[in-house]
Amino acid sequence: MESAAVVTIVAVALIVAALVVYLVGVILQLRKITAGLDQVISHVGEIVEKSAPVNGVVTAINEQLDAGVDLLEGLLVKKAGMVDAVGLVEGLYAGSAAAGFRSFPESTTVKAPRIGEVYTHGTLTLARLGREAPIAVGNPAGPALRDVERGSLAARLLYPEIRQSRPESLARSPVIGTDAPVQYPPSEQRGGTTPDEAEIREKGPWSEVAAEGIVPAEAGGSDAPRELLAEDPQLESTVLGATTASDQPATESGIDPSSGDEADAVSDGGPELPEGAEPDLKDAAAARRQVDVESADSKEGSDT
Amino acid sequence: MTLWWIGNIALFAVFLVVVYLLHGVLSAARSIVPSAEAIAKTAAAGSKDLDAAALLLTTQDQVTKTVAGVANYGGSLDVILDDAE
Repeated sequence: MESAAVVTIVAVALIVAALVVYLVGVILQLRKITAGLDQVISHVGEIVEKSAPVNGVVTAINEQLDAGVDLLEGLLVKKAGMVDAVGLVEGLYAGSAAAGFRSFPESTTVKAPRIGEVYTHGTLTLARLGREAPIAVGNPAGPALRDVERGSLAARLLYPEIRQSRPESLARSPVIGTDAPVQYPPSEQRGGTTPDEAEIREKGPWSEVAAEGIVPAEAGGSDAPRELLAEDPQLESTVLGATTASDQPATESGIDPSSGDEADAVSDGGPELPEGAEPDLKDAAAARRQVDVESADSKEGSDT
Repeated sequence: MTLWWIGNIALFAVFLVVVYLLHGVLSAARSIVPSAEAIAKTAAAGSKDLDAAALLLTTQDQVTKTVAGVANYGGSLDVILDDAE
């Protein structure tokens, strides 16, 4: 056989071998790709299956929310008016007035008024409904201020906390008199306030005498021991003051409370002027007006 | 005889071309495999993420109840508040 023929045969064999090697490699890779795409298709199928109801559900949610927005927009415009409604929304969300209300296209042309934190119309409306407007420290979600049982406390809570809710934590007003639980010796309290250190420092050393009393007890002041005081019974507590501790009236006849029930401001008012006397100018304001007298007389006549 | 050798040379050239082209095809096939695997993993993750889609039914129910409550409040306000003049 000629050498050329041998070379040809070898070349063809090499070509076939190369084709086999590479094509087998390609086939193997394509099988891997096919396996991978099968997995992809499986997962995509799951995605399609899981997302199938999403569109309907989201659409339903959007419809519900649209209905809610329409409701609130309509209520706001109905109650506050278009201009005030735009101003209120603009006050809450700056720039929203330009977008306007979705259900009211004409709202985009409304010039939003400047409504600050206090909306007078709303304040009055809330006050009319018995709830304080949210302009003070009161919580609009709190109890109604005009509640007959707790209205006083709720109203007081609008003001700075001093003693409206915790009166027990503050000192009570002092009880004065001989039965007072705290007794102040005359040398310590002689009218006015007893100067403390700050007041003494402010007013000067002369005010210290008030702290010690006009006459100190050591010098025979009114709260000195009895042996230092003169034999003057008027310095007993009966003179210095004591309650009677009795319900007996101070007068012999006492006070008849029924007289007040029968009083007539028209007929009983003013001083008793003598009949026929020339009225003095100083009694002009206190005297009964003639029209009132005539009115009272005519009423009595009609009653009888 | 000369033609035989010329044919052999041409055949060798064809061999080189065939080897080059097949190598390119094999390389392309190999490069697709990682991409297909990455797509499969991503699809699996996406499918897992959509497991929460079922909760949308609960959300829908809550939204429905909320809007119904808003409607009730709005109706009450409509009654107790005066309309704008």
